[in-house]
Amino acid sequence: MTPFTRLTAVAAPLPIANIDTDMILPAAFLKTVSRRGLGAGLFHTARYDYDKNERPDFVLNQPPWRRAGILVTLENFGCGSSREHAPWALLDFGIRCILAPSFAEIFYNNCFKNGMLPIKLDRATIDHLMAAVSQPGTAELTIDLEANAITAAGISAPISFAVDELRRQRLLYGLDDIGNTLQHGAAIAAHEERVRRETPWLAQTGLEPWRG
Amino acid sequence: MMTRPRTLYEKIWDAHAVAHLGSGEWLLYVDRHLLYEVTSPQAFDGLRASGSSVRRPELTLAVADHNVPTQHRAGGVAAIEDVDSRLQVETLERNVRDFGLPYADLTSTRHGIVHVVGPEQGLTLPGATIVCGDSHTSTHGAFAALAFGIGTSEAEHVLATQTLIQKPSRTMLIRVDGALGNGVTAKDVILAIIGKIGTAGATGYVIEYAGDAISALDMAGRMTVCNMSIEAGARAGLIAPDGKTFAWVAGRPCAPQGSMLEAAKAQWRTLRSDDGAVYDRTVAISASEIAPMVTWGTSPEAVTTITGETPDPGDEPDSARRAQLQRMLTYMGLSPRQKLDGVPIDIVFIGSCTNSRIEDLRAAAAIAKGRQVAHSVRALVVPGSAAVKAQGEQEGLHEVFRAAGFEWRDAGCSMCLGLNPDRLAPGQRCASTSNRNFEGRQGPGGRTHLVSPAMAAAAAVRGCLTDVRTLA
Repeated sequence: MTPFTRLTAVAAPLPIANIDTDMILPAAFLKTVSRRGLGAGLFHTARYDYDKNERPDFVLNQPPWRRAGILVTLENFGCGSSREHAPWALLDFGIRCILAPSFAEIFYNNCFKNGMLPIKLDRATIDHLMAAVSQPGTAELTIDLEANAITAAGISAPISFAVDELRRQRLLYGLDDIGNTLQHGAAIAAHEERVRRETPWLAQTGLEPWRG
Repeated sequence: MMTRPRTLYEKIWDAHAVAHLGSGEWLLYVDRHLLYEVTSPQAFDGLRASGSSVRRPELTLAVADHNVPTQHRAGGVAAIEDVDSRLQVETLERNVRDFGLPYADLTSTRHGIVHVVGPEQGLTLPGATIVCGDSHTSTHGAFAALAFGIGTSEAEHVLATQTLIQKPSRTMLIRVDGALGNGVTAKDVILAIIGKIGTAGATGYVIEYAGDAISALDMAGRMTVCNMSIEAGARAGLIAPDGKTFAWVAGRPCAPQGSMLEAAKAQWRTLRSDDGAVYDRTVAISASEIAPMVTWGTSPEAVTTITGETPDPGDEPDSARRAQLQRMLTYMGLSPRQKLDGVPIDIVFIGSCTNSRIEDLRAAAAIAKGRQVAHSVRALVVPGSAAVKAQGEQEGLHEVFRAAGFEWRDAGCSMCLGLNPDRLAPGQRCASTSNRNFEGRQGPGGRTHLVSPAMAAAAAVRGCLTDVRTLA
């Protein structure tokens, strides 16, 4: 996983609450067996009309936000489906960091698995940042995960933010969850042994491999 | 030693916590892992890249449901015309073969929507942890299984380690007391709850549903309630098991039998919140206040009763909220303060992991019986599984529906989401028993009104949103 240490990029303002996963990436784009190339479908309905022409009023179709690497948005971003295709689409477009007052839980978790940083900030701070990045001259933000701080030309003092420490470490060093979990193999095996003994019905299903 | 009273959620959590990782994160053991074609290919790619195998294949079941057409089922995968859809199902079949996993293929009698199949096969058991790369995994909480949706990276983690990295959720008790009125169903209960607490009202929480009105629901109704927990933002929904739960589980192919079933039942009886257990939040709703519900907007919280009307954005003081209400009304083609009863519809969809069980189909058939689908309406009934379809046909429900002008289809996710041939055209308005009314959810530009199966059938015969209580 690519480490996330410090990101300086244009931030796109998207002042809408409850942006759902169907809006981030419509279902038609889920018919892929790859993680790549989903940026083309990002916010597809908002970005393009039915004839696939760009909608000029959508922020990601306007300079300088066409090359946004950060999104500033409102409450409950990413609600709905568990599709990891939503963060993959953002990442493929070039967006690695999302600032919002709150996130839907599965989306929030999925971001960290892809080297992306979702940051929760209070609504007043978001409104302040939204105003700053809505002006082309002050659209650029710097997200410094080592210092837990956001800086920009359009804001007077650095804004600090909090991220769970383990998640922060994984992002900073690009650590692999599965490799780390396998170091707990003995504890996992001990749990399985206890289940076989105490609640054996959970340890078996009678299911067999498919022979199709 | 006195132990602190625990909630049902805490009991299941404690029984599955394998190791503390620090910063409040734990490794949680997964008892059942369900897979389907859309969110799993990249997980298997990850396993291949790292040379990993699946730790517990026998605790895993795969099924293709989201992409599959609901007609011409006998043709199997080869009958899927859409190239990308077929590739996803073929990829799933290659993956289950390569990794030695159980799979209910398209022509299997066990095939169906993953959240219908799990309980039906007896994989869903009280006290189990169940995950799937689908947010409606919360369905299985109806059996007091801790069940929730995960991403594809997490699915890879479960395949490789049979565990997940998790932080404990906060707990919310939602009590629905009293008796539900005539024509009021489990779907109306959960829509009323979402309307009350909002689409992010339970973010960070696991909900436990309790109260007379919940106890009185059959297992299908309890699954409907838990299914839409995610629509309130919850990590999971739970209902304590009782005699109905045990009777439903007993005899299922993958459920314990004989003396092991008796031992299991003894343990399952302990799966209830202790007296004095503390929840982080409690919400109470009176069952008598719940009427047949219908959504009017593009979020499940944008819901009112069938006797209600759309809001007037002009009444909303917050400008962002006002803009959102206006955006929803514009998308839905509705006016401020418009009565919902009487809004003409084009399509009726009865199906999805929310409402495709035999009880749902019976409720819809009871309304359809002896009536005709309005000329302007196309109506689909899509059973949740091959077993539900077979049961429906044994009961003659297919004949009731067909005589009334409904299409009777094969099992799959169908028109719940625009991933297979069943979808709305731009501007089409649908009374749907599914779970999401997001913009474009049922097809680009499609307009969704979420309702119960009985309300959907009533809309089909009247040609418009209508109060099922005036038909019954």
